[in-house]
Amino acid sequence: MPEPYGLCRSKVVPLLVDNVDTDQIVPARFLKVTDKAGLADALFRDWRFDESGCFLEPLFVLDRPGMAGRQILLVGDNFGTGSSREHAPWALAAWGIRAAISTGYADIFRNNALKNGVLPIVVDPETHAHIAGLLEDDPDAELTIDLAEQGILLPDGTTIEFDVDTFARLMLLRGTDELGYLLNKTSAIDAWEAAHPARVDTRTEAASSGS
Amino acid sequence: MAQQARTLVEKIWDEHVVAQDDGAPAVLAVDLHLVHEVTSPQAFTGLRERGLPVRHPERTVATADHSVPTTPRGLPILDQMAAAQVQQLTVNCREFGVPLHGLGDPGQGIVHVIGPQLGLTQPGMTIVCGDSHTSTHGAFGALAFGIGTSEVEMVLATQTLLQRKPRTYEVRVDGRLAPGVSSKDIILALIARIGVGGGTGHVFEYRGEAIRALTMEQRMTICNMSIEGGARAGLIAPDDTTFEYLHGRAHAPAGPAWDQAVDAWRRLPTDDGATFDRSEVIDASALEPMVTYGTNPGMGIPITSRVPDPDAASDPAARRALEHALGYMDLRPGQPILGQPVDVVFIGSCTNGRISDLRLAAAALKGRHVAANVRMMIVPGSDEVKREAEAEGLDEVFRAAGAEWREAGCSMCIAMNGDQLAPGQYAVSTSNRNFEGRQGKGGRTFLASPLTAAASAIAGAVADPRRLPGIEAVAGIGGR
Repeated sequence: MPEPYGLCRSKVVPLLVDNVDTDQIVPARFLKVTDKAGLADALFRDWRFDESGCFLEPLFVLDRPGMAGRQILLVGDNFGTGSSREHAPWALAAWGIRAAISTGYADIFRNNALKNGVLPIVVDPETHAHIAGLLEDDPDAELTIDLAEQGILLPDGTTIEFDVDTFARLMLLRGTDELGYLLNKTSAIDAWEAAHPARVDTRTEAASSGS
Repeated sequence: MAQQARTLVEKIWDEHVVAQDDGAPAVLAVDLHLVHEVTSPQAFTGLRERGLPVRHPERTVATADHSVPTTPRGLPILDQMAAAQVQQLTVNCREFGVPLHGLGDPGQGIVHVIGPQLGLTQPGMTIVCGDSHTSTHGAFGALAFGIGTSEVEMVLATQTLLQRKPRTYEVRVDGRLAPGVSSKDIILALIARIGVGGGTGHVFEYRGEAIRALTMEQRMTICNMSIEGGARAGLIAPDDTTFEYLHGRAHAPAGPAWDQAVDAWRRLPTDDGATFDRSEVIDASALEPMVTYGTNPGMGIPITSRVPDPDAASDPAARRALEHALGYMDLRPGQPILGQPVDVVFIGSCTNGRISDLRLAAAALKGRHVAANVRMMIVPGSDEVKREAEAEGLDEVFRAAGAEWREAGCSMCIAMNGDQLAPGQYAVSTSNRNFEGRQGKGGRTFLASPLTAAASAIAGAVADPRRLPGIEAVAGIGGR
């Protein structure tokens, strides 16, 4: 069960590249795990390490001094494009990321992030540029993300409001998950299924083919 | 009361909404859940932790495709982690009663190849899988999309998902394709035009004369890459081509149920007067074979074009992205893409690993030889495709041409199974993603059609399939 999503107060890791795909976030060869352990080391693996596991030079942003422990990622447009691997938000969360700020995310990545305590905040391009500029002036600037109030508090005391799916927000704030919600819908599911016969039976052919 | 005009997607959506609370997403019923070894283990673990069964194992089907080697099946899986993952799938399916087409089963294959092949994929259904290329099944007029592992767990437990209704995006493809230009080129041209995020938040519906003229397998190639255009799903209305493909397949309705099903399916196409949130029109007759030059599927050009110049980019971010991509690919701005030497040619994947793709490749390769500097891998999308190809003698054509003929799986599309590029190598691939490292760390991918791939294998460099001798006859080969 996830933790209730409280205030997120942190310095920011800037990764201002558009269309960062999930093969960069976690390369496919790390998808052979059957659990969620160890994915922090797979995060952005090929942008951080060479074949022998040594840091690439120059260091990737995550590995630069002062970045460890930061919880907010400022990313380019359409972040998380590509595959449906939930290993991407698992790896981000394992590294310590709790929120991203972008002008947009790929649909499946956004859904997956919301289920893993990684809040995918969308802002307009002007606001995005404003935050990027602010971090250029002060790379150690701290932001406070208040999901309950749907606001990002900037160091100058101003607040940027953001939209978030109302349902996902509630789930995060309460630390409940969607499966619990769906299990409470069992009687509605029973009723729907009673009125809609199954479209296929996957067992018949598999049985005849001997598996 | 007259029913409001609705699109294909809206009709399927409306029928599958189980419940919807104020402010909450819809609880959407799932007709068919496809499962594979990579995105399911943590979901089964979640079920165990909660003490939940799989609600409908008989609406669920599993196969092993992503991490399986494509070497002869008698050999063990050398990669210990891959072997453990495949074994875990077997254990999970046995424990929860899910039918499995595992290694050695004649039904094994890439999950998006076997669903249609078994007749499990049918019009009007909702289909999900923990894999973004689930959009493939949209070719049958099904609402099919990829989900994450948390959602896999939800579907296993409840046979439903929480979903917001997607917006609709019409992609109309008019006219006729020229010989040597294929459905892969249509979808690469669309993505090059709208970009990899162009369809975000939307579901595509492909329509128009050029789409109607395509076979089911050609339609699957287009719908497969909807996700590369940012749309989780892409649909094509069912028609006689769809019904002909389905009729007689193992899980398709039979007898009187078939006629009833077809009657229902004929009511699915978008009503006259229904509107889409967005629209895009492509002239098929103006298309050339397409090839990508960069590190996302939107970085594609007609094959006779030159590699774009970052200095001509519209904004600084686009310029930086292009510079970075060309740096990774080690290509020069303005160079022709034709004639670029390649090391590997890969024909296969859920995009282009079906029998008609292999027939095209064989027709192009027959009596010719793969260039001396090229390794060509041909990987059937399923065990059935492999048997079919061998029954037609295609494997002999491939071997005689110097290509490798392998076992079914995702292979070099995802490079987590032993099939991969070496750093710096160039490949023409019929797969769907050219991201950095996608086909192996440091590997460089040119996405293209099977015909372009075969022509390139012969030439040892990116080549125009329209220059293959007898291309009209070759391009006419296909079926389904």
